[in-house]
Amino acid sequence: MIARIQQTVKGALLVDLVGALGLTLREFFRPKHTVNYPFERNPQSPRFRGEHALRRYPNGEERCIACKLCEAICPAQAITIEAEPRADGSRRTTRYDIDMVKCIYCGLCQEACPVDAIVEGPNSEFATETREELYFDKARLLDNGDRWERQIAKNLELDAPYR
Amino acid sequence: MDPTTSFWTTPVGWTLATTGAIVLVTVGVLISVAFLLLADRKIWAAVMMRKGPNVVGPFGLLQSFADMIKFVLKEIVVPAGADKAVFLLAPIITVITAFIVWAVIPFAPGWVISDLNVGILYVFAISSLGVYGIIMGGWASNSKYPFLGSLRSAAQMVSYEVSIGLVIVNVIILAGTMNLTAIVLQQQGWIWNWFAFGGGAGTWPTVLVMFPMAIIFFVSALAETNRPPFDLPEAESELVAGYQVEYSSTPYLLFMMGEYVNIIFMCAMISLLFFGGWNPGFDVSLIGLETWPEWAANLFYLVVLSLKIVFWFFMFAMVKTFVPRYRYDQLMRLGWKIFLPTSLVAVVAVSAWRVFVVGS
Amino acid sequence: MLQGIAFYLLATVAVVSALLVVTARNPVHSVLFLILAFFSSAGLFVLLGAEFLAMLLVVVYVGAVAVLFLFVVMMLDVDFVRLREGFARYLPFALVIAAVLLTEMILISLAVVNGGAAAGLDTLTPATPEASNIEVIGRVLYTDYVYIFQAAGIVLLIAMIGAIVLTLRHKPGVKRQSVATQVGRDAKTAIEIKAAVTGAGLNPEELR
Repeated sequence: MIARIQQTVKGALLVDLVGALGLTLREFFRPKHTVNYPFERNPQSPRFRGEHALRRYPNGEERCIACKLCEAICPAQAITIEAEPRADGSRRTTRYDIDMVKCIYCGLCQEACPVDAIVEGPNSEFATETREELYFDKARLLDNGDRWERQIAKNLELDAPYR
Repeated sequence: MDPTTSFWTTPVGWTLATTGAIVLVTVGVLISVAFLLLADRKIWAAVMMRKGPNVVGPFGLLQSFADMIKFVLKEIVVPAGADKAVFLLAPIITVITAFIVWAVIPFAPGWVISDLNVGILYVFAISSLGVYGIIMGGWASNSKYPFLGSLRSAAQMVSYEVSIGLVIVNVIILAGTMNLTAIVLQQQGWIWNWFAFGGGAGTWPTVLVMFPMAIIFFVSALAETNRPPFDLPEAESELVAGYQVEYSSTPYLLFMMGEYVNIIFMCAMISLLFFGGWNPGFDVSLIGLETWPEWAANLFYLVVLSLKIVFWFFMFAMVKTFVPRYRYDQLMRLGWKIFLPTSLVAVVAVSAWRVFVVGS
Repeated sequence: MLQGIAFYLLATVAVVSALLVVTARNPVHSVLFLILAFFSSAGLFVLLGAEFLAMLLVVVYVGAVAVLFLFVVMMLDVDFVRLREGFARYLPFALVIAAVLLTEMILISLAVVNGGAAAGLDTLTPATPEASNIEVIGRVLYTDYVYIFQAAGIVLLIAMIGAIVLTLRHKPGVKRQSVATQVGRDAKTAIEIKAAVTGAGLNPEELR
């Protein structure tokens, strides 16, 4: 009975609400945690799995040897590869397509690759306006590799001790 | 100039002056809606440790205008089988009723579009019309979800109108008038003359009743404008948007605008009725206000009233951050079983004080 | 001149919307036109200088009564075809009622014009120019008509009690929320700590 009267008085005097107002006012003036995204970024792990890229050797020769291990392991079946012997007799891909819409960014392709040819780079900002632009072909992937090579190489080097 | 021969007292001049005043108030309210909407979002963001919109313009100040352009440029979708005329009429009614109540709000001594004798009743009558926008919108959408949502919010608004009405009756009894300008003029001078603090010398013991009444008015205003913690029709984390589910583009914008104009109006009402309106809460002769030119003094009063409105709007926004949403039966219980009896007892107490102690 | 324009505008809207209340196919539209008719007659009251009555008309009829009408009409599953069937059949009856009402109204207007019964009210309450019509109505209501006023209040109270008595049922076995007990709970009353003996297993009887 006493407890109920106490409760009624406490409710009528809005004790809890005033306390809550004090708490929210304190939070109101505290510094904010928001990162101003396009202008500030959070640090990125070297293992970050973003946009795919096909790498080259330092002499400009493409690394991919068309072993099709990535195609075989891809759980989303996003990779399509066709291969033929090149004029100099080495085995190379004539077609290397990744359907970025299907891709689930699991990273199994770069794990499977024996020559570190296909990698997932640090870039995550490749949104497009049409669906078609997300069907990457070999030229696009090689171009990605050329553009991000320095950072990809650095990330691989940083991650190497843990492999 | 002789006032009887002045151009502004001729019918043409009067029409021009009134139209000018209406345009001025409408534009002023619209601009304040734009910035208070942003303030709303910024306040919630600040309490949630976020920054809120900060990209469009400096500090995101132009965000509301960007939103408006976005809404206007979108396509108006009218659902199949909807009653098209009623469907499009509903948001227009909401916005019109939200704006025409401002006609009786005195912004400073004499700065009011229409100084009605029954100002408070006018406010009450027009705000009861606001329900129709919601009911018509929900019904005309030809869908059960908006319809149920509209029934919920209409029942909520009708219920809380009762307690708001009884709370206002207290103020009317203390003031002895329904004219808003006269009510504010009675709260002149020091802060204890405000009706929330009893209304001055003869009636100061009514502070025991009037201050709780001010709080009840504030809470009922939250429910009346469908604001958190009573935003059951909207309940954005649980339901779709209630009566305006089927609305898009400009009609939706009109609904939102009407809602925010109503919120600001409620802030203005609580400032006018309980917290002294344009009176700054101290004797204005301390800063020698009576020697100021009239326009400067009125501007000072306008700033005071705006500050009060902004303060109450801040409270409207803060309430969302620290009170969890009510369940529908709890809402009805609060309205009918707590607020209604309390304000009824308050009416009896205040009128008894007024009749037996103060005398007529 | 301006008053004349306003009067004819409001009167036309009132009459036309009243006509549409009867002829509209959709009952919801009928109610909406009824609201428009109420609203225009409130405007006519304002033109007469009875702004208090005008506001009361809007608050009570438009704000409360018509909302309930609208609720009922919207939620009823009305068969529009059957609703229209009786129109021709009831028309003579409706015309008779309309004729009676019209005669009554004409008689009242004649009485007012000739200074009949209704005009006598003016002598009871001398209209002072400074007294607002709230004050005048209040003076009449709480002096000459105080018993009738109270009786009207009691009738409404009885209606309210009757409605509650007819609908209020306490079903047995329905769980109800007691907010006070719920909020008043604390750690002491909400939790019971029992000593569990290691290796003894659980006795289902004790768990109850």
